[in-house]
Amino acid sequence: MSAASSTPTADGRIVLAHGGGGELTRRLVAERFLPKLGNALLSPLTDSAIIDVPAGRAAMTTDAYVVQPLEFPGGDIGRLAVCGTVNDLAVMGARPVALSLAMILEEGLELAVLDRVVDSIAAAAAEAGVVVATGDTKVVEHRRGDGLMITTAGIGEMTGEIRQAPDRIRPGDVLLINGPIAEHGLAVMSAREGLHFDTDLRSDVAPLNGLIAALLGCGADVRFMRDATRGGLAAVAADVAEASSLSVELDEAAIPMTRTARHASELLGLDPLLVANEGKVVVVVSGADTSRALAAMKAHPLGRHAAVIGRVTQARPAVVELLTRAGGRRLVQRPYGEELPRIC
Amino acid sequence: MSRLEAGRLAEQLRAACGDGPCVRLMEVCGTHTVALFRSGVRSLLPENLRLVSGPGCPVCVTSQGYIDAACELAMRSGVTICTYGDMVRVPGRHGGLEQRRAEGADVLVVYSARDAVRHAATHPDRQVVFLGVGFETTAPATAAAVLEAGARGLENFTVLPGHKLVIPAMQALLAAGDVPIDGFLCPGHVSIIIGAKAYEPIVRDHGRACVVAGFEPEQMLAGLVRLVEQVRAGRPRLENVYAVAVREEGNPRALEWMYRVFEPADAVWRAMGTIPASGLAFRPEYAGFDALRRFDLRIGGDYDPPGCRCGEVIQGKAEPRDCGLFGVECTPRRPIGPCMVSSEGTCSAWYKYGGAVTAGSPAA
Repeated sequence: MSAASSTPTADGRIVLAHGGGGELTRRLVAERFLPKLGNALLSPLTDSAIIDVPAGRAAMTTDAYVVQPLEFPGGDIGRLAVCGTVNDLAVMGARPVALSLAMILEEGLELAVLDRVVDSIAAAAAEAGVVVATGDTKVVEHRRGDGLMITTAGIGEMTGEIRQAPDRIRPGDVLLINGPIAEHGLAVMSAREGLHFDTDLRSDVAPLNGLIAALLGCGADVRFMRDATRGGLAAVAADVAEASSLSVELDEAAIPMTRTARHASELLGLDPLLVANEGKVVVVVSGADTSRALAAMKAHPLGRHAAVIGRVTQARPAVVELLTRAGGRRLVQRPYGEELPRIC
Repeated sequence: MSRLEAGRLAEQLRAACGDGPCVRLMEVCGTHTVALFRSGVRSLLPENLRLVSGPGCPVCVTSQGYIDAACELAMRSGVTICTYGDMVRVPGRHGGLEQRRAEGADVLVVYSARDAVRHAATHPDRQVVFLGVGFETTAPATAAAVLEAGARGLENFTVLPGHKLVIPAMQALLAAGDVPIDGFLCPGHVSIIIGAKAYEPIVRDHGRACVVAGFEPEQMLAGLVRLVEQVRAGRPRLENVYAVAVREEGNPRALEWMYRVFEPADAVWRAMGTIPASGLAFRPEYAGFDALRRFDLRIGGDYDPPGCRCGEVIQGKAEPRDCGLFGVECTPRRPIGPCMVSSEGTCSAWYKYGGAVTAGSPAA
């Protein structure tokens, strides 16, 4: 315990010794991670977790998470990490099984913040029905990190043939989304220091594997799915158009969006189509299966506000067009970088 | 807003235009430029109605000399530059603030002038310089920040003055007479501050139609209908279809702040040169907050990057597609001129919403 007494942690913050591999590291894991995240795979703290993989194919993904502030209305970096990883597996048609979790902590991070983030990881993992199978922590010096950064990997079981692929998209297919857009990006911006606008917007961050399983189970011919995260709905629509060399026509009036999100976007000069989501999936289904797919989505709590938002046509190859609320038309392109609020 | 209502207004606009000669209207404000594209209103316009973008994008009208001065200041030791995000990417003679930041300069993006004051208060060891750019929409906030810094006795806060006034630029464009403009769609945001009455000289002295409009599609369409009706009737006047937000007198309190701290002064506009009394300089009693004085700095001459036609674009003399760099060498990813950098810039709006991935004609 000499390390603990010579490196005071009484002020409740992360110190370099937490990442030193010694007693403080052991205690950090034993006292702050295992009680909340522990399971048969993680708790033995072996160098690797051994997972039973059913014969067949597995999906694997990795992701890195940085966000400021670490906690924002509707979520935090922990929930973001779990949901983001789960969603990347789910949109491929995989059943998420296990995650890895590597945390890079910055010296000075409040332990209370870390505890809340770990609580949130545990809650999101339970919600998604996945376990954290293995993990790691490192500590970097003050000003060399961003408070807390998380890297994950995820493994999922492919339960059937991979049938979702952009080359199966055909003219006449329709695009659906499971609910209102732009809420994550706007909620994070509203919480960011310096950007003062009052809003009751909350991030939509959520694990979508349940919703997607319900959709795939309904028998609709799902051609392609992608979660609309950074780059927003516009980026996914552009992916659909480019990968299929077909045209996507979005109907602005049909795209679900709360009044609050619309006003916040206008105030900041942002195009809501380009603003990030963390709990929205864009689904392309065969036109004949539209109502079946929509009904399946609406029956799930995360799809209550699902809507048909566009269709695939042959009008102009690899182009996304928006039929605006005013009845006009314009192009939709993926954003070029981070969209910044305007000056005036 | 309903598609029905917008459709009705678009029909009205077509009827007002009839089959007469082409009507040329300038939307002065960058926010209008973007909103006209983003809402699809541009695609609803009849062929004999041309919309020309004006000098209303705050970043775009800022002279290269100002950008270079900001870059020079950023490299001085102990200086922190606080700026609105769009300014960071504008290229200067030797790269812009983005490059200076990569070289170690302390450049901080803020969302308001007050944030810069707060930063100065919490960083007494730094000289915090706020880049004061923008029109009457942002100038009162800069003035309020200066007043706050004064009240708090902050000696490490200054402003690099670059604010501009809308009306003198419109007058200068008309006086030059080389751009045919029948009327102006006047900006909602600026008008909230300066008031609808501010446009009276444009109507009285220059005989041009002026209609103040908001940024919703039906507000812009209603404004365009009124403008075309005035032009066709040959009776230009001042109208306000945004009366819900814009008063005749504007916002006296904001104007009082602005003119307590600043006074009108000649200002250099990108490519338009020096326009008399078109900018804001510090009044003598607030000169202590003037970064030019504190750092003994001069704002150098203006110039366009080679091949760049932003200067003509902001005056309505050229459209983005007339520029050889547009969409080829100059894109939002690698902007050469400010009109492609700013989210309010005309080139950026044409590129994003008009679909010109090459220098060809966009589907506007």
